[in-house]
Amino acid sequence: MDAPELNSKESISSSLAIDIYTRCVRIRRFEERVGLLFRQGKLPGFVHLYIGEEAIAAGVCAALRNDDYIVSTHRGHGHVIAKGGSLDKMMAELFGRATGYCKGKGGSMHIADFSIGMLGACGIVGGGLPIAVGAALSSVTRSTDQVAVTFFGDGASNEGSFHESVNLASTLSLPVLFVCENNQYGEFTPATEAMNIANVADRAAGYGIPGVIADGTDPLAMYLVASWAVARARAGSGPVLIEAKTHRRDHAEGESAFLAGQQYRSEQELADASGADPIRKLIEDITSLGLASRETLDEIDAITQEAVEESLAFALASPEPDLQILLEDCWVT
Amino acid sequence: MGRNTYVQSIKDALSEEMERDPNVVLIGEDVRLGVFAGTRGLHAEFGSRRVIDTPISELGVAGAGVGAAATGLRPVVDLMFGTFLYLAMDQIANQAGNMRYMFGGQATVPIVFMTQNGGGLGAGPHHSQPMHPLFMNMPLLKVVAPSDAADAKGLLKAAIRDDNPVVFLNQLSLGAQKADVPDGDWTIPLGVGTIKRVGSDVTICSAGLTVHRALEAADLLSSRGVEAEVIDLRTLKPWDEALVLESVKKTGRFVAVDESYPTCGAASEWAATVAEYAFADLKAPVQRVSNMPVPMPFNPALEQMVIPGVSDILDAVDRTLVKVR
Repeated sequence: MDAPELNSKESISSSLAIDIYTRCVRIRRFEERVGLLFRQGKLPGFVHLYIGEEAIAAGVCAALRNDDYIVSTHRGHGHVIAKGGSLDKMMAELFGRATGYCKGKGGSMHIADFSIGMLGACGIVGGGLPIAVGAALSSVTRSTDQVAVTFFGDGASNEGSFHESVNLASTLSLPVLFVCENNQYGEFTPATEAMNIANVADRAAGYGIPGVIADGTDPLAMYLVASWAVARARAGSGPVLIEAKTHRRDHAEGESAFLAGQQYRSEQELADASGADPIRKLIEDITSLGLASRETLDEIDAITQEAVEESLAFALASPEPDLQILLEDCWVT
Repeated sequence: MGRNTYVQSIKDALSEEMERDPNVVLIGEDVRLGVFAGTRGLHAEFGSRRVIDTPISELGVAGAGVGAAATGLRPVVDLMFGTFLYLAMDQIANQAGNMRYMFGGQATVPIVFMTQNGGGLGAGPHHSQPMHPLFMNMPLLKVVAPSDAADAKGLLKAAIRDDNPVVFLNQLSLGAQKADVPDGDWTIPLGVGTIKRVGSDVTICSAGLTVHRALEAADLLSSRGVEAEVIDLRTLKPWDEALVLESVKKTGRFVAVDESYPTCGAASEWAATVAEYAFADLKAPVQRVSNMPVPMPFNPALEQMVIPGVSDILDAVDRTLVKVR
């Protein structure tokens, strides 16, 4: 479709820009710490880090209300944090502790915080999209103007659930934002081999909804496209597919264990990926637009790093779940 | 008390619950038209916001039901034929069946997945398979299988009011069957079975279509002087173990009759439980009567050979009457 009429970056206030920066930095510092912990062998299971993709979660969630819904993926830490999640409860959940979001029963890929509309990260690729459609259906049935956002990857856009969900949201005209984080890989397969079109956004036309390509490495740009789509959905104009082009680091921390020495990305590609740092871009935008000083931003960064360390201390001091926790949260009686 | 068909009971249950609670919605393919008449007329009564027709997208529709249930609604998702649940399996098994637990209690998913289960109308291999054992095996899904119009109404109302995910299985060939249905707002608790025929010589345990075949067999047995006690479990998960064990304590003989395949069918679950917990009461080995282990054939006579019939039940009872030691 023709590019929608978006506001410009000049329309963004200082407080909003700082808010978006804070969300980005909280994601970055948390994920860096988690990556280090994983490499030190201190975390059970696997983690899929959101480093390099912060612009998408932060930009989109900054355009949402607390009571709007989001559904996430196996790479969901960024979404939870951007929606306002607790670093303490997240870190505790990664360590499987009783004080974690899911009492240690969900882990990295299943973090949820229903109090902020975060309906769960999901270990099944494409599993979250129908759930977001249902949340939007619920909002319409209850006559609220809540919207639902489903984050998913380029890989998920090849799942049947994507096609069913987009078609369903379109035919029922539901307030859903389909946000595709195209980091150009589904597991270890490049997107160019997994589909014969250049842009996931091109699929939108097949379902009669707008498809927009956005710069997934630019937090303010992501905010602007998201706030347009959210306003449109809230006003009853139906769903939108936003394809945020970005890069990712690894599929999963420790993925070399799966790869047995095979290289699936070129050195040039890896260099390009690390060059497109969304936080560096955001700092440039904020300082050049005069929205905040570098000192202010650095102070937020420092506070954030402290908060991350506190969350780790909280997690390590927390008890393991016991048999009672194992057996609870089964039936509602 | 009114005499209604099974299908009418489904409609009455839906109508009453939708009237009672504005959060109850019905969603599925052709629910306005009402392919099996159970949903016909509800759209006229409740409108498009409560009765929602969808494209043919079982995975998407089931998942939308899950999302709606997790955010304040009480959806009944009509998936038409049981075999179509395979298309929706991720959302039923991985999502609805997991969310409350894996999110540490944050999610409540009061959803009913309603469909037809089993065969008997010559609908062929893709429309006639039994689905209940799969869902019985999943830890946090309830599974309900009424056998008549009265139970169907009481159980569906209870299933809709239940805050847990429920797979509600109608049997297509029971659709036109009539029964006396009590008036008023009454429900049957999930997990509670009932004795449909009292007897002292053998316990026959079943649910759904095969309850009727068990009752027929019981009449024939009676003319031979053997009095069978026929239990209709009504809910397959959780199932009323206490009722069955109490019956076996009295009769000493157990026959499970189940319209599903032998391996890991519902009959296996019932028989194993009886063998484990009522061993001292048993005068003979437990018996299972299940489908023949073949896909459901189209030819109606062949189809009836697959599903447990009256003679299969009589043979199984006879095996319990042979002196063992």
